[in-house]
Amino acid sequence: MRRYLVIALPYLWLLGLFLVPFLIVLKISLSDLNLSIPPYLPQLDPSAGWAGLKDFFSQLDFENFVFLTEDDLYWKAYLSSLKIAVVATFFTLCVGYPMAYGMARAPSEWRPTLMMLVILPFWTSFLIRVYSWMGILSNEGFLNQFLLWTGIISEPLVIMNTTTAVYIGIVYTYLPFMILPIYSALEKMDDSLLEAAEDLGCSRLQAFWLVTFPLSKSGIIAGCFLVFIPSIGEFVIPSLLGGSDTLMIGKVLWEEFFNNRDWPVASAVAVILLAILVIPIILFQRNEQKQREADG
Amino acid sequence: MPANGAPIFAPWDDPAAKPLIRFENVTKRFGDFTAIDNLTLDIYEREFFALLGPSGCGKTTMMRMLAGFETPTEGKIYVGGQDMGPIAPNQRPVNMMFQSYALFPHLSVYENIAFGLRRDGKPKDEIHHRVEEMLRMVRLQKFAKRKPHQISGGQRQRVALARSLAKEPKLLLLDEPLGALDAKLREDTQFELMDIQENTGTTFVIVTHDQEEAMTVASRIAVMDEGKVMQVSTPDRIYEFPDNAYVADFIGDVNLIEGRSSAAIDETVQIEWAEGQQAITAQTSRAITAGQKVFYAIRPEKVTISPDRPADAVNAAQGKILDIAYLGNLSTYHVQLPTGQVIKSQMANTRRISRRPYTWEDEVWVSWTKTGGSVLEG
Repeated sequence: MRRYLVIALPYLWLLGLFLVPFLIVLKISLSDLNLSIPPYLPQLDPSAGWAGLKDFFSQLDFENFVFLTEDDLYWKAYLSSLKIAVVATFFTLCVGYPMAYGMARAPSEWRPTLMMLVILPFWTSFLIRVYSWMGILSNEGFLNQFLLWTGIISEPLVIMNTTTAVYIGIVYTYLPFMILPIYSALEKMDDSLLEAAEDLGCSRLQAFWLVTFPLSKSGIIAGCFLVFIPSIGEFVIPSLLGGSDTLMIGKVLWEEFFNNRDWPVASAVAVILLAILVIPIILFQRNEQKQREADG
Repeated sequence: MPANGAPIFAPWDDPAAKPLIRFENVTKRFGDFTAIDNLTLDIYEREFFALLGPSGCGKTTMMRMLAGFETPTEGKIYVGGQDMGPIAPNQRPVNMMFQSYALFPHLSVYENIAFGLRRDGKPKDEIHHRVEEMLRMVRLQKFAKRKPHQISGGQRQRVALARSLAKEPKLLLLDEPLGALDAKLREDTQFELMDIQENTGTTFVIVTHDQEEAMTVASRIAVMDEGKVMQVSTPDRIYEFPDNAYVADFIGDVNLIEGRSSAAIDETVQIEWAEGQQAITAQTSRAITAGQKVFYAIRPEKVTISPDRPADAVNAAQGKILDIAYLGNLSTYHVQLPTGQVIKSQMANTRRISRRPYTWEDEVWVSWTKTGGSVLEG
């Protein structure tokens, strides 16, 4: 009995905070746009009883999903989001791995401080941090001023409002999510493994590729998913740093919802996005499971 | 070996023999701390050499310098006549078995053993052949496909041994190889190690803090303390003829008696050690001068206990039994002399315990022969 209670609690939590909102969104995505508050039809009228319920369900349809396939904006946005997320994840890995490696190899008394430095940005608002990147990347921003001052460039670089700025924003924002799992995988590693590899004839570089890298693989996979999954749906970064040519599904969703006030189509976009994300989330879970088995 | 006429294996007694390993005035400092202090040592081919000492005595540092993970601050290390100074760990004809075994967790037992061979770029079938041979040697053929976390501690130890021997190193270093095994398994593995060492003809250098382990497996032992070698000799000589009080005390159980010696006459000295006690008559080959402060070391099993003073005893003292430690096959008696000094005597339990002739508080005599103990310079 108590066991069921323990299991029931998180399930109730998920039910209340995930499944119910999702069902509401799903329902809206099957509704039609209407000039009213809320801006869609049908509304369920509980007083009409059984007939009202039947009438309600008969009005739901897949029109909005069909619409998404007809307008190429949407699938282009999905594809472009996927591409941006993949590329940004790759860059985050390239930046994050050496940092995690450096942290894991640092003297043990330094590690808590380094860890702190990685987590520190979370102490300020995400929005403010993205805004401050506008101050760095804009034409008169710190970066351009600095580069002009050193004489490396004579014309300010146009970074702001381009996809490059979006990449910079995503890499910066999600870097801790990449570093922490890789660091935890590397830190667990016994140093004598590298000595053993060298003892058996490896150069330092070979030892890295044959021992360190495979042993941090689960950390890399976890980090990549933790960056990739939220990047796909990201809308703050592309709308603040990106330009008009940066097409991301999160931004499309936002515009559909707040600018066009087309809740049904926005909901349909969200439902499809969730369906796309289910695949990497399942793969991520499987990786975690495998890692737990290997550790246990 | 002597029985069938083959010469005894003792290259260290042969002045013409060339050592495989030579430490030449090696000093290693870590900051202010001197881990190895001006150490010179020869180790010969096919030896099973033990570095024995308490933790922090520098034995692991010596092994790590041989493997190339540390470089000496001063002095040189030669392996097979070649100066190891400029040679990286991955180029040395030396392999190491790590205390933690350091098996690669992402590779199977087979892949672990093949790891070093692959790095040498040997042909595939040759590698396969060699790995199979190593698996057979450590009796792990059935476990080749398992990952290290899927086998027991004893099996992991054998994989580590097979992996370090796979490349046929000239020299195998073993860092506390049996530390993680339980007592029974450790004993079996010690004999297995000796067999493997003999069959492969590899020179083994083992680091251990377990004196029994060192005594069992080693052809010679270097007893170390605070970065210095206190004595290098065969197990029996270390035990029977310790060079100094440290070695006598570190190896096995010992009664250490401090006293003043007379000058040696015919290799015999008289040691005055306590008021009202007869001087100890002892044999020694050392040049002892009159009045010199010495330690007399005698092992408990060389001290006999008897109800009366044995008529022929050269050295004897009367005392009271203070404690009896029953070890099954042996009993150790702690006999307190009137001077307050406690002498330990170990006797075999040839009779059942109910028929033991002595008990607590009994007045007894302890006695030992002229050659039973060693005279050590203080």
